[in-house]
Amino acid sequence: MPAFLLKRFLTLLATLAATSAIIFAVLEILPGDPALLVLGIDASDEQLAVFRQQYGLDRPALDRYLDWLAHLANGDFGISYAYKTPVWPLIAERLALTYPLALAAMGLTILLALGMGVYAASQHNRPGDLAVMGLSQLGISIPNFWFGLLLILLFAVNLGWVSAGGFPGWTEPAAALKSMILPSISLAVVQAAILARITRSSVLEVLREDFVRTARAKGLTRRAALWGHVLRNALIPVVTVIGLQFGNLLTGTIVVEQVFALPGLGRLIFQAISNRDIEVVKAAVILLAFTVVTVNFIVDILYAVIDPRLKARDV
Amino acid sequence: MSEFWKRAFKHRSFVVGGLLSSLVLGMALLSLVWTPYSPTAINIRRRMAPPSADYWLGTDPFGRDVFSLILAGAQNSLLVGLIAVGTGLILGSALGLLAAAKRGWLEELVMRFADFTFAFPAILSAILLAAVFGPSTFNSIIAIAIFNIPVFARVVRGSANAIWARDFILAARSAGKGSTRITLEHVLPNILSVIVVQATIQFALAILAEAALSYLGLGTQPPTPSWGRMLNEAQAMVFRAPFLAVFPGMAIAVAVLGLNLLGDGLRDLTDPRLSRQR
Repeated sequence: MPAFLLKRFLTLLATLAATSAIIFAVLEILPGDPALLVLGIDASDEQLAVFRQQYGLDRPALDRYLDWLAHLANGDFGISYAYKTPVWPLIAERLALTYPLALAAMGLTILLALGMGVYAASQHNRPGDLAVMGLSQLGISIPNFWFGLLLILLFAVNLGWVSAGGFPGWTEPAAALKSMILPSISLAVVQAAILARITRSSVLEVLREDFVRTARAKGLTRRAALWGHVLRNALIPVVTVIGLQFGNLLTGTIVVEQVFALPGLGRLIFQAISNRDIEVVKAAVILLAFTVVTVNFIVDILYAVIDPRLKARDV
Repeated sequence: MSEFWKRAFKHRSFVVGGLLSSLVLGMALLSLVWTPYSPTAINIRRRMAPPSADYWLGTDPFGRDVFSLILAGAQNSLLVGLIAVGTGLILGSALGLLAAAKRGWLEELVMRFADFTFAFPAILSAILLAAVFGPSTFNSIIAIAIFNIPVFARVVRGSANAIWARDFILAARSAGKGSTRITLEHVLPNILSVIVVQATIQFALAILAEAALSYLGLGTQPPTPSWGRMLNEAQAMVFRAPFLAVFPGMAIAVAVLGLNLLGDGLRDLTDPRLSRQR
């Protein structure tokens, strides 16, 4: 086990290093001169020189990259060009919306998908199965932001039950949670449709295994065999997909925040792009990418915990 | 071949998916030669007219005919999807074939690269590109293509490895063929169906991604008609002209549903082992 963990951990570090290098290269080396990117082509040579010195841009790129990494490791995300304040508090405030939204959507996805997937498998080739499969085919084909718009049309415009968007802040927890219901549904529907299909085929596959027949032969009911023996084994591929989907949900929040006018990380990124605030873009993008990579790492570890065969092979 | 088509026309997903995909392709082709009104003609006097005999799907806040915009928007979706998936397919398949042919450290390198690219979903790449170069259709194509490379690299490597383990490859080797010739003459033809199936599904995902990027303002810019941006413009009018938010989304859903069903159908038809499970 330790050898397996160590190998995965080293891969994680290498991936994080490569990710940060790419983001740094795209935002600081590709445009040629970040000062020009931020101040625009109308800036005088003097202004450019002052700006470069102020943000240490006159130093070699490798120096600045290593420096940036060292600061990141200490939780220092730099100074925003536009607001002249540290970047971290700006981002932390937005994450307080984006992470809970992604997690709520993830929870909803798992709940819907496992329920529908297991039900469909237990009704294999009967009307219940076909209905679930049809629904999920439809769910996969619908853009999440359009589904969000349709929810707004129904619940805000026609029924008037909720406001069309906005976020009251966590000082009003009940209202805050209420404002996250429609966004998390529109995020979850697509991912749940994908996950339900995977759950269904995984359960069907395990149901055909010999040990399930043995369990039935020793007198277990279909239901008891399903819950006691099949699910644990069927969940292995499902967990991997859940990990991959978290990345989709997290970047999906960028889109859905736009639909429901939620002041999360996505909105901050768009403001930063139009303000040419490269430090904020850099910090937000690396945070999202790091989260995706880290979640996948955790899933890899979980995978080994659920499936002992994997550990044995790797050690 | 005729055997294949006989089975294909009996396969429900394949037929429905094929029909829907042809419908979208037909819309794009039709819009090249004819639309009821010019999709870019602005006429403030007839703005936000509800659907009627003159304007089948109504008009938008600039008075443009929504039906014409949706027809012309099909061009944009298909073009972006085609170029982005095509680029991802060529580069990704080349990497996957190379990894399977050479094995060893090269394979490891390609696979780690694929793992690492997954840290950049299309939206993140598009954000990075838009921050540096400004938003454009070209940037959204690049972002979607980057996302597609590792997908094809993984799928192709997996299937190619399975072919390399077969006996007829050993025979080709002992006949003196090198790894490049074996790859082109034996491996590639045998995994072509897997690539086609994956491409169909990736095409559907690319249309979704293009719509999302255009909706966010990171993709296709005005006045080029685009389904994603139509939804963005509709959102501001959701209380005054709710019908505007319905039709472009339906167009996206039909295109994506069609390609997904087509992909499912093709997979069943080309891989008998998989069709048993469905």
